[in-house]
Amino acid sequence: MFERLKSMLTKEFIQTLRDPRMRFILFVIPVFQTLVFGYAVNTDVRHIKTAVYDLDNTPESRALTARFARSGYFDVTEYVVRNSRVPELMDRGIVKAVFQMDKGFGENLRAGRSAPLQVILDGTDSNTAGIVLNYIATVAARQSDDLLASRGGRSVLPQNLGGIEIQSRAWFNENLESRNFYVPAVIANIVLIITMLLSSMAVVREKEIGTMEQIIVTPIAKVEFILGKTFPFVLIGFLDVALICAVAVFWFDVPIRGSLVLLFGATALFLMSSLGFGLFISTISHTQQQAMMSAFFFIFPAMLLSGFAFPIENMPVPVQWLTYLNPLRYYLIIIRSVFLKGIGMDILWPQLASLAILGSAILAFAVQRFHKTLT
Amino acid sequence: MKFQRIKAVAKKEFLHVFRDPRSLGLGIAIPLILLFLFGYALTLDVDRVPLIVWDQSHTSASRDFISRFAGSRYFALQGRADSYREIEHAIDRREALIAVIIPVDFAGRVASGRMAKLQVIVDGSDSNTATIALGYAEATALSYSQDIAVQKIRRSGVIPPPPLLDVRPRVWFNSDLLSKNYIFPGLIAVIMMIIAALLTSLTVAREWENGTMEQLISTPLKGPELIVGKLIPYFVIGILDLFLAVIVGEFVFAIPLRGSLVLLFGMSVIFLIGALSFGMLISIVTKSQQLASQIAMVTTMLPAFLLSGFIFPIENMPLPIRAITHIITARYYVVILRGIYLKGVGLGVLAGEAGFLTVFGAVAIFLSIRKFRKKI
Repeated sequence: MFERLKSMLTKEFIQTLRDPRMRFILFVIPVFQTLVFGYAVNTDVRHIKTAVYDLDNTPESRALTARFARSGYFDVTEYVVRNSRVPELMDRGIVKAVFQMDKGFGENLRAGRSAPLQVILDGTDSNTAGIVLNYIATVAARQSDDLLASRGGRSVLPQNLGGIEIQSRAWFNENLESRNFYVPAVIANIVLIITMLLSSMAVVREKEIGTMEQIIVTPIAKVEFILGKTFPFVLIGFLDVALICAVAVFWFDVPIRGSLVLLFGATALFLMSSLGFGLFISTISHTQQQAMMSAFFFIFPAMLLSGFAFPIENMPVPVQWLTYLNPLRYYLIIIRSVFLKGIGMDILWPQLASLAILGSAILAFAVQRFHKTLT
Repeated sequence: MKFQRIKAVAKKEFLHVFRDPRSLGLGIAIPLILLFLFGYALTLDVDRVPLIVWDQSHTSASRDFISRFAGSRYFALQGRADSYREIEHAIDRREALIAVIIPVDFAGRVASGRMAKLQVIVDGSDSNTATIALGYAEATALSYSQDIAVQKIRRSGVIPPPPLLDVRPRVWFNSDLLSKNYIFPGLIAVIMMIIAALLTSLTVAREWENGTMEQLISTPLKGPELIVGKLIPYFVIGILDLFLAVIVGEFVFAIPLRGSLVLLFGMSVIFLIGALSFGMLISIVTKSQQLASQIAMVTTMLPAFLLSGFIFPIENMPLPIRAITHIITARYYVVILRGIYLKGVGLGVLAGEAGFLTVFGAVAIFLSIRKFRKKI
C-alpha cells in the first residue's frame, strides 16, 4: 500500500508543481492577499475631503473653518465662490462635505445669537456619513463652548457641573488597528481556496481529460487515491499558513500571542472540512468549470457568513443559526484568538470540537460518496 | 471575419452552455445568493453590542446610568460582573465585547459636581466594531452628563444659553443613511466581474486541455472569429444577470434608481465586454484551467471586492495602493453605478469613467485576439 501511495504522491506533486506559474500562484497569492489586507483595508474615517462656501468671510467664519481643518478629520480642499459649484463638487464626488456659512454668520455670533452652519453631506457611504455627522457635531459643540467661554458666558452658570469622563482601554489591540483584525484572517481565506477549489479541480481534471480511466485500471485503492490527491494541497496549505504568519508578524508587526501549535492543530481540523467539501464537489462535477462554479457557490456564503468582515451579531437570527454550520466561523475565531488574545485550549475547546465534528462528518460523507469510477 | 463562422462558434458555445445546466444554473444562482446575502444578512452597521457591567457603586444613580446603556439599541446587556476576572472571562469567551466599570464613588461624585471616572474596556480584536462601540459609549455618557448639567442649572434658576453654533446638516443622495443603498450598486459591479471571470477564464483553456483545440485549428476558423463567437453566449448570461440584479434591486430592496436605465445598461455592456475579454485573455495565456481559475481570482475577483471602493473606501488606502486602484476597472464601474443609482447623474459627469471602460474593453479584446495563436 505504501509503495502505491508513494508513487501516487510523486505523480501528484509533479503535476501540481510542474508549471512554474502554478508554483508562483500557490505561494505568491497568499503574500499578495496579505499585503492587500494589510494596506488597503482600513475603515478608519479621517481626512474627509471638504469644501467651504464662506459667504460671510469674517474672522468668526474663518476661525470655524480653521477649527475643522485642525481637527484632523477634515481636509479643506476647496473654497467655493459660486453656488453652482456645490452640486458639481458633490455629483463628481470631489468632496464629501460642504460647509456653508451665510452672510451675517460672524455678526450673529458677535451679538451672542445663534448662527447656523449649513452642512451638505454625501450620504452615499452611509457608514462613513454617520461617523462624519458625529465629528461635525463634536467640533461645532467645542467651538460653541469656546465662544461662550471667551465671552464670559459661563460665569452666569453654576460652577462644577460635573459629569462623566470615560477612560477607555482596548484589550488585545491597543490602538484599534484594523490591520490586526484582517491580516490573520487571510489565513482562513487562503486555506479554504487552495484546498477546496484546487483539490476538487485536481480530481475532476482526471475525469475531464480522460486520465481517470488509466487510474481505474491500476490496483490503487480508493483511499490511496484520495490521500494522493489531497495530500499535496494539505502540505501547500500548511506552507501557506506559515508564510502568511511570517508576513503578518515580521512585515506588519501583528502580535502573535498564543500558541502556534494550536494554530496548526486547528488548521488540520479545518482541512478536514475544506478537503471534504472539495472531494464532495469532485463527486458531483464532470468538468473543471462545474467544479469551480460549485466551489464558489460554497466559498462565497462561507466567507460572507463567517464573521470575516461582517459581524455575525448583526445578522438576522435565522442566519446566525446558519453560521453555526460554517466551519470557517470556528476557524476564524481560533485564528484571531491565537494571534491577538493569546488564549488556549481551555477556552477554545468548543470551537475546536465543532471543527472536529463538522470536519469528520463532511469528510466521511464525501469519502463514502467518492467512487473510483468513470461516472 | 465572417459572420457565418462567428455564428457557428457561438452556436457551439451555446450548446456547451445548455448541455451543462448546472454551470448555467450556478451562473444565475451565485449572483442571486450574493444579492440576497448582502440585501438581508450582511450589514456594516453596528448595533446590539454585547455589554457586561460591573457596578461597584450600587446606587440609584449608577442603576439609572446602566439603564441608559441597557435601553439603547446599540447595546445588549448580557450580564453583570463582580471582578476583573469575570470581565476577562466574558471577553475571552466572546460573551461580551465591551465592559463598563462604574466606580464606588460614582454617585457621590456625580451629586457633588465632580467628574466621575468611568472605565470602559473593549475587545479590540475586532477594531471596527470596537471603535464604533466606544463612540456609542462616549455618546451615552455625554448625553447623561448633559442631562445632569441641565437639571442642576434648572435647580439654580438660571436659563441655560443655547449653543451658539447651530449645525444644520443635509444629507444628499442617501438621506436615510441606509447601508444597503451604498452596498447594492457596488454589488452589481462585483457580481458582473465574478460572473465574467468564472465563465470565460476557463473556456479556451478547456479546449487546449481536452485536445479539442486541435479540431478547431484544422477548420478554416480565424482567431478573431473564435474569440468573438465564444464571447457571445457568456455576454448573454452576463446581461441576464444584470437584468436580475436590477429587478431585485428595484422590487425586493427598493433601491432608488435616480438616473437613466438606458445609461446603466449601456455602461454595463461596455464593462461586461471588457471583463469577459479579460477573462478570455487569461484563458488564452494560461492554457490550464487550474491556473486560469487562480489567476482570474487574483486579477479580477479580489480587486473587485477589495480595491474597487465597494466596501472599503479608496481614500483611506495608502498612496501606492490608491495608484493601483486606478487600473482596476471595477473601480470605475462602481463609481458609474453609484452615480446613476444614487446621484442620478448623466454621461456629462461620468464621461471620464466611461472613457476608461471603453479603452479597457478595446485593449482587452485586441490583446486576446493578438495573443491567440492557432498553433499547437
